[in-house]
Amino acid sequence: MSPSSSTGVELHCIAFTLNGDSRTLNIPPWVTLLDLLRDELDLTGTKKGCDHGQCGACTVLRDGKRINACLTLAVMCDGANLTTVEGLATGDELHPMQRAFIKHDAFQCGYCTPGQICSAVGLAGEGRANNREEIKELMSGNLCRCGAYTNIIAAVEEGLPQSRGELDQGGAQS
Amino acid sequence: MMPFNYSRPRDVSEAINLADATTRFIAGGTNLVDLMKENVVRPGRLIDITGLGLDEVEELPGGGLRIGALASNADLAWHPLIESRYPLLSQAILAGASPQLRNMATTGGNLLQRTRCYYFYDTGSPCNKREPGSGCPARSGLNRIHAILGASDTCVATHPSDMCVALAALDAVVHVEGKAGKRRIEFADFHRLPADAPERDNQLADDELVTSIELPPPQFIAHHCYLKIRDRASYAFALVSVAAALELDGDTIRQARLALGGVAHKPWRDKAVEAALVGQPVSRETFSAAADLLLRDAQPLTHNAFKVRLAHRAIVRALSDAAIGGNA
Repeated sequence: MSPSSSTGVELHCIAFTLNGDSRTLNIPPWVTLLDLLRDELDLTGTKKGCDHGQCGACTVLRDGKRINACLTLAVMCDGANLTTVEGLATGDELHPMQRAFIKHDAFQCGYCTPGQICSAVGLAGEGRANNREEIKELMSGNLCRCGAYTNIIAAVEEGLPQSRGELDQGGAQS
Repeated sequence: MMPFNYSRPRDVSEAINLADATTRFIAGGTNLVDLMKENVVRPGRLIDITGLGLDEVEELPGGGLRIGALASNADLAWHPLIESRYPLLSQAILAGASPQLRNMATTGGNLLQRTRCYYFYDTGSPCNKREPGSGCPARSGLNRIHAILGASDTCVATHPSDMCVALAALDAVVHVEGKAGKRRIEFADFHRLPADAPERDNQLADDELVTSIELPPPQFIAHHCYLKIRDRASYAFALVSVAAALELDGDTIRQARLALGGVAHKPWRDKAVEAALVGQPVSRETFSAAADLLLRDAQPLTHNAFKVRLAHRAIVRALSDAAIGGNA
């Protein structure tokens, strides 16, 4: 259950599904999901902003629900189904929410964008945001320091119905 | 983050048997992992309780509800039984944190959040809550977000939860289990005032695990309000929050509940104020007198005197909105 590495650190064996692929890893318990994704698995689409759960740049989907990867211990993701921004598209076909962000030019520097998109896909699964005010409130966990909010809200508003359609068809890997 | 050991027990008794002063239970981890990154909390072992179940919301024979400690904040806020029978609780939960954090955070963990006092988080500063006896820089330092009620010489921190303010108003009961057995704790007694032991936020022993929260049969469905005042419109801690709930007979108050967040070391309830409201007519004068009474012993610090007036206005507005049946 807890194999030891040559350094004497207690490692834990975990298995999860990541963007549709099964992964099995031996990790120390203090590695966050964010650091695991970026540093060990080379999935750098998920961004480290504040690293304290305040900005949302690290948002990913766990079993279809949006979470902050920076405050998630990877060891606690054993058995989970994880989706990062790299797993939203189907081959070369972008996810409807990704297309909506491009159409509305919903970014400036782009650093918060993967988190914004994953958060919006999670929002689609919640089925709650039915108007612009509700979208604003329910996207408040994702900050954009460029201030591209106007276009982000427009993109989410357009992307939500199509993303919900995708979920209904089981198309998203969340 | 300091290295630590990790265990994933299969049942409650195994979890409790692993627990001592050097361990911490972890579920959502939204506050604990952050505190560990800052080296504010340095457990030798984390006990992962997410495999214990404990996430059901069940109806109780007498009309109440039992909420498993591991029900997520999001699932609880949007649970049909909570939305329909305890809308005050639903509103309070949705006023807190972000959707991502509410997906992670659990009901039990919400109770055990630590204060967001800057000095508590800054390991370069003394803090009686973090290092007992080291001092309280907040008293003479930046104290805009700090307590105006029930503070002590040793600590002026506030409890950060929104959910707990509603649970206090609703007379919830906390069920816990430890090596010595099970016990139930009235919500008003669960959290502590700092007094001379600010390192203790609540009454839990080191090996005690919150297993569920019990709500009494629903009341106040028609007249309630959770009003949260903060520095930005969303995703910020309360400067002042008010959970107000009324039962009315025409324009006369038959029963009143009033709990405040952001003003004290625990959700602040004052039974004398609630008793004084009973039999009074619904009016601005009634509500203003209640606010005067609740704030009679307020002791503002250098930078938070505004909270006394803010709390007064928030109480009047929350009670007024509750009386007309809306929610701010």
